Amino acid sequence: MVLALSGAAQTLDSTGRATTLGLLGRIDPRARLIATLLFACVVVASHWIPTLLIALAASCTAMVFAQLPIASTLKRMAAMDSFIIFILILLPFTMPGEAMFTVFGFPASWEGLWRAVEIGLKANAVVLMLMALVGTMEAVTLGHALHHLKVPERLVHLLLFTVRYIEVLYEEHVRLKQAMKARGFKARNSLHTYRSYGYLLGMMLVRAMERSERILDAMKCRGFTGRIPLLGRYEYTKRDTVFAALMGALLMILIGTEIYHAV
Amino acid sequence: MHIVDGALSNPVVVTGAVLAVGGVAYGLKKLPMEKIPAAGVLSAAFFVASLIHVPIGPSSVHLIMNGLAGLILGWAAFPALFVGLLLQAAFFGFGGVTVLGINTVNIALPAVLAYLVCIKGVRSSNLTTATVWGGVCGALSIALTTLFVAISLAMTGEEFIPAAKFVFFAHIPVLVIEGLLSAVAVYFLRLVKPEVLGAFEEVKR
Repeated sequence: MVLALSGAAQTLDSTGRATTLGLLGRIDPRARLIATLLFACVVVASHWIPTLLIALAASCTAMVFAQLPIASTLKRMAAMDSFIIFILILLPFTMPGEAMFTVFGFPASWEGLWRAVEIGLKANAVVLMLMALVGTMEAVTLGHALHHLKVPERLVHLLLFTVRYIEVLYEEHVRLKQAMKARGFKARNSLHTYRSYGYLLGMMLVRAMERSERILDAMKCRGFTGRIPLLGRYEYTKRDTVFAALMGALLMILIGTEIYHAV
Repeated sequence: MHIVDGALSNPVVVTGAVLAVGGVAYGLKKLPMEKIPAAGVLSAAFFVASLIHVPIGPSSVHLIMNGLAGLILGWAAFPALFVGLLLQAAFFGFGGVTVLGINTVNIALPAVLAYLVCIKGVRSSNLTTATVWGGVCGALSIALTTLFVAISLAMTGEEFIPAAKFVFFAHIPVLVIEGLLSAVAVYFLRLVKPEVLGAFEEVKR
């Protein structure tokens, strides 16, 4: 069982080079990171519902171009929405304003409803864009791109190690769970269950720690001095200019409609 | 426990980002290059732990275990948990972009605080005392995290205060589970590999 750390069906090929899929996959990762960041800031700062609808439409377009699997991506979005739905449902009742209807004597306000819709649209638009532009990168590429954007080297190294070992530890976790099952363990609401999970967690941490000691030894043996040379080089191509122009135009439209509404 | 984009007011988001940058920078400063592989592997371990679902009543919750992360990583929990949240947001769509800072603070600051309060206790020569402190650490970090989330919501506007209260009380069962599991995990670590607890402290020479 493998835990895929990428939305798109995109992996390193046998020679270790990142293979890319889709039109967006060929865009410079740095450009995709910066575009996501700017898009998020503009969307969060906007308040007019039509502006946010344009943003969400743009995110959906990006999702299609990034060749994200649509069904599973939307499922993830739904999972995120189910987290915030309680807060959004409470809003109409807690925000003062013109009453829309009353439930058990509690008035629900239009202002609260619009606020909830606004938050829902913003959250979905930004996360969808993030998954389309950044989530489709190979996680290692994300590290390299961050390095080229002057993110501290140690943080990048930490990210690269984390990315490398998530799958390994996930498989370890699956093996431990299998061993528990083989001994007749079944998760219930009992102290025994919680104690077993605690031991599982402790064992995972012990193995992780011991693994990291072996990794460091092996790396030192190969001349590790505390730095991993990050060799990825990126070149700006015509495609990136087109991408930048399109994203720039989108941001202009978003800001433009927001200002138009405000005036 | 993740807050999404667009829910919080700008001052809260900016404060969160500034605090997160400070915390991550300080955590990295305390993390020598030699320990980065270990920190990375542990960061991955806590990422995997957050995928474990534990039954609770008719439902189940996923673990956070930031208290345990604090006990092992110390201040390095800040960058380690930040990396986990970044990966979760980008690849799983949990969280958001502008709220990455505040989410990091809400998870990592309690980890560090719980570490500072409990590390002496879990090192106690008495195994029972150590186990109890492990439980305190797990419960305290979750209590602080829900409190911080509630404060972030309440600072955004009056209309969020009921939601903030709801978040706080809804997490009391989670707090109990995390405390229990942390206690057992600390007990286990004390027996099997006690040097793991506080493994990232600077060695005084």
